[in-house]
Amino acid sequence: MHIDLAKPILEKNDRTAARNRQLFDEKGVFVVDLMASPGSGKTSTILATIQALRDRYRIAVIEGDIASDVDARKIKAHGIPAVQVNTGGACHLESEMIARAVSVLDLDQLDLIILENVGNLVCPTDFYLGEHAKVMILSVPEGHDKPHKYPGVFQVSQAIILNKIDTMPVFDFDQDAFTASVKQLNPAAPIFPMSATKGEGVEPWAQWLAERIDALKAQQAGER
Amino acid sequence: MHELGLMQSVLAAVEESATAAGATRVLEVRICVGEMTEAVVEALEFAFEALSSGTLCEGAKLEASYIKPHSRCRVCGNEYDHDRYHISCPACGSFNVELLAGRDLYIDSIEVELPGDEPVAPTSQGESD
Repeated sequence: MHIDLAKPILEKNDRTAARNRQLFDEKGVFVVDLMASPGSGKTSTILATIQALRDRYRIAVIEGDIASDVDARKIKAHGIPAVQVNTGGACHLESEMIARAVSVLDLDQLDLIILENVGNLVCPTDFYLGEHAKVMILSVPEGHDKPHKYPGVFQVSQAIILNKIDTMPVFDFDQDAFTASVKQLNPAAPIFPMSATKGEGVEPWAQWLAERIDALKAQQAGER
Repeated sequence: MHELGLMQSVLAAVEESATAAGATRVLEVRICVGEMTEAVVEALEFAFEALSSGTLCEGAKLEASYIKPHSRCRVCGNEYDHDRYHISCPACGSFNVELLAGRDLYIDSIEVELPGDEPVAPTSQGESD
């Protein structure tokens, strides 16, 4: 017997993600999912973002790692609430993990949640978590050819941070070639060159994020 | 991407539908994978074989078809197939395009054996119809 299913494989993840999103919208909390390779400077970028925005917005961080709470402790040391999610070997965050992590945060006291996904340029790509935007970081030492090797992550990202630009003189990184290949894959996404640890180039990125946080707040106020 | 996790969801859904239909065995599972996803068919096949042992799906055939990316140009209205890396409109060169297909990831259909059915050998292709 033939049975037609036409059933999305990620249905369960997507359903929970939609519930997460509904909650974020109701509470007016903008959620950004940050994806990158290990060692590309995700935590440093988050700290720089916190520095740039903490006077204007109430921020929390959800840290996804296979193991350890090193990153969450780094964030908490700056007086920012952080929840550590250990995926226990899984190479990406799933929406159920976010639902659990969010349940320990007071969403009424927040404007922005930054999700730090597991260091990986492949697996997080296809998993919707309920975020408002996926953003990726590529660091200069990884090389300008990465858009060709990992097209998926460049395509799903609404913005792309090019980190560690202070190391440009040391590495053979062709920024024009990088920009051209990103444009091929994802013409709408802005690229923010940055050095998170030096605090260079953080402002345009922070501004991009602030516009989106404000837009969500305005939308939430309009619905009331 | 995470093929083992994906295949767990596939098997759970297939078992549920097959059991609801009163099937004694699943003969074939057809899935569709968009080329723009990060799922790899070989890894899915491996996961299917590893996870299906001892279930209704044991010995079933996994038929995976890739779905070609297909987009529409928002500027000139042209609809076209393309590969993973070049999404711009071939007619006018615009990057302002909308992906219509290619990020798909779904179970299309299954073939199951019911209690009254003529038994079919697990590897047989021959349903005479």
